[in-house]
Amino acid sequence: MEISYNMKAWQLRGMLERREVSALEVLDSVLKRVEETEPTVKAYLTLTRDDARATAEATDLALSRDGAIGRIAGIPMAVKDVLCTRGIKTTCGSLILENYIPVYDATVVNSLRREGLTMVGKANMDEFAMGSSTENSAFGPTRNPWDPDRVPGGSSGGSAAAVAAGEAVWALGSDTGGSIRQPASFCGLVGLKPTYGLISRYGLVAFASSLDQIGPITRDVRDCALLLSLIAGHDPKDSTSLAADIPDYEKACLGDIKGLRVGVPVELMQEGLTPGVKEAMDNCLHLFSELGADVREASLPNLDYALSAYYIIAPAEASSNLARFDGVRYGLRAGDGEDIMEMYGKTRRQGFGAEVKRRIMLGTYALSAGYYEAYYGQAQKVRTLIVEDFRRAFDEFDVLVSPTSPTPAFRLGEKLEDPLAMYLSDVCTIPVNLAGIPAISIPCGLEDGLPIGLQIMGKVLAEAQLLRVATTMEEALDFKATPKLEGEMPL
Amino acid sequence: MIDRKDVEYVAWLARLDLSEEEKERFTRQLDNVLEHAQKIKSLDTSEVEPTPHVLPLKNVMRDDEIKPSLSQEEALSNAPHREGAYFVVPRIL
Repeated sequence: MEISYNMKAWQLRGMLERREVSALEVLDSVLKRVEETEPTVKAYLTLTRDDARATAEATDLALSRDGAIGRIAGIPMAVKDVLCTRGIKTTCGSLILENYIPVYDATVVNSLRREGLTMVGKANMDEFAMGSSTENSAFGPTRNPWDPDRVPGGSSGGSAAAVAAGEAVWALGSDTGGSIRQPASFCGLVGLKPTYGLISRYGLVAFASSLDQIGPITRDVRDCALLLSLIAGHDPKDSTSLAADIPDYEKACLGDIKGLRVGVPVELMQEGLTPGVKEAMDNCLHLFSELGADVREASLPNLDYALSAYYIIAPAEASSNLARFDGVRYGLRAGDGEDIMEMYGKTRRQGFGAEVKRRIMLGTYALSAGYYEAYYGQAQKVRTLIVEDFRRAFDEFDVLVSPTSPTPAFRLGEKLEDPLAMYLSDVCTIPVNLAGIPAISIPCGLEDGLPIGLQIMGKVLAEAQLLRVATTMEEALDFKATPKLEGEMPL
Repeated sequence: MIDRKDVEYVAWLARLDLSEEEKERFTRQLDNVLEHAQKIKSLDTSEVEPTPHVLPLKNVMRDDEIKPSLSQEEALSNAPHREGAYFVVPRIL
């Protein structure tokens, strides 16, 4: 049986079980694709070919014996380089962690290893997940497989680009203000930001601890459900992880959306939508109605303040979290031999890139004496208003929908010197993190050959419902386009 | 809104050495972002409680049991400068 570069994980899983392909054949097809497209795309910071080969061989051995293999065994995955992997370099896209080799696995990595994780490599990202384009990586940008002159989105841009290019079948990302959903949208993929606390953050290098969540980036909703079911659940090592019942997310995909109450927040439909995004949204709303959903306008007035509140809260938490990079226990050290203050200052000057410095400065300012109440205190209160807006909206609606990003992928360099313009690219995704609710992005159209994403937001712990709505829309939208990247397409 | 002296003070608080060029650039860029952040000041929040995080969790307790943890060798394995069982730091006083 032939393996094509854009097969879903669940299809490959079936082929492995029926012995139509071997795990090594699947891996080799992906590694061949890496050889062909990685020089253009640059999705990975570290390739772990040997590690992947060893697990693929173990999978084939198990298949040849009793056939008992892990649920994701033999299906190549990219892992964002913000997740600690034991014995494998974890850089967070930063010079300060250029040589950092974790001595433990993140809980999600550990869970996936037990299910046969076949890891192709560690994916590129904006430094410490701060950015919307992956241009803030200290090791160079990743390019969008749909158009190499454009960004793949960020901060999980390497993860999304790897999956879109065929350099991995699926990936793990992290999302603090849109970092899974926006790159998924820019690369024509499915990306889920789960409810805050559904997935353990143990071993996820912290950016903004009250907002960060790990989640899947996949080629369809079913793969998303499968991956989610393996990483969700309580972890005693993360005191903010929820003790929630985990439903069968794959089964949850089945059903219809007749009578579903769909709200369209007007606040997310105004700021700078391109004509193509507007048109794609109109089409989605039309499809929702055709499928029997009840679509109405919603109003969450405080969403207008979400971006401003976020760009106080996230940098404030980041400035505190990144204080740990002090040149003592791990990471870069510069200015040794002088006094400790010089060492701190020089280490952080050399180790951090421009955006990280900017956010540390912004956060430190917002937390400093005399400004704390006016900025951080006020932002936390605005966050309450946003949480309440969502709560009220979900009394009236089952899900809320918006574009994932106001525009398709922008050009490299386009927003690099204007931080505020870059921040605006997350205007539709940020409110979700502030409220701690789940949201999924699915591809819903093209503008000038570039993918557009539909964001579906749900109540706390409503992942099962989101997956069902997303599956129904995915079928109706029937999005089949794939990137036209140089190289042999069918492997 | 924010001037070069503020930038120098905040950089000191954050233990960040900045170049002259960075000081100039950050003054301008932070001013822009803070200008945008002014928006939240217009909301009346006198009756609103802050949300530091969204979970309905307070103290999370567990039994104080001894469990396996990192070996000393592992804990020190990423240290930029070590001597025997110690992290070495520059002069503090």
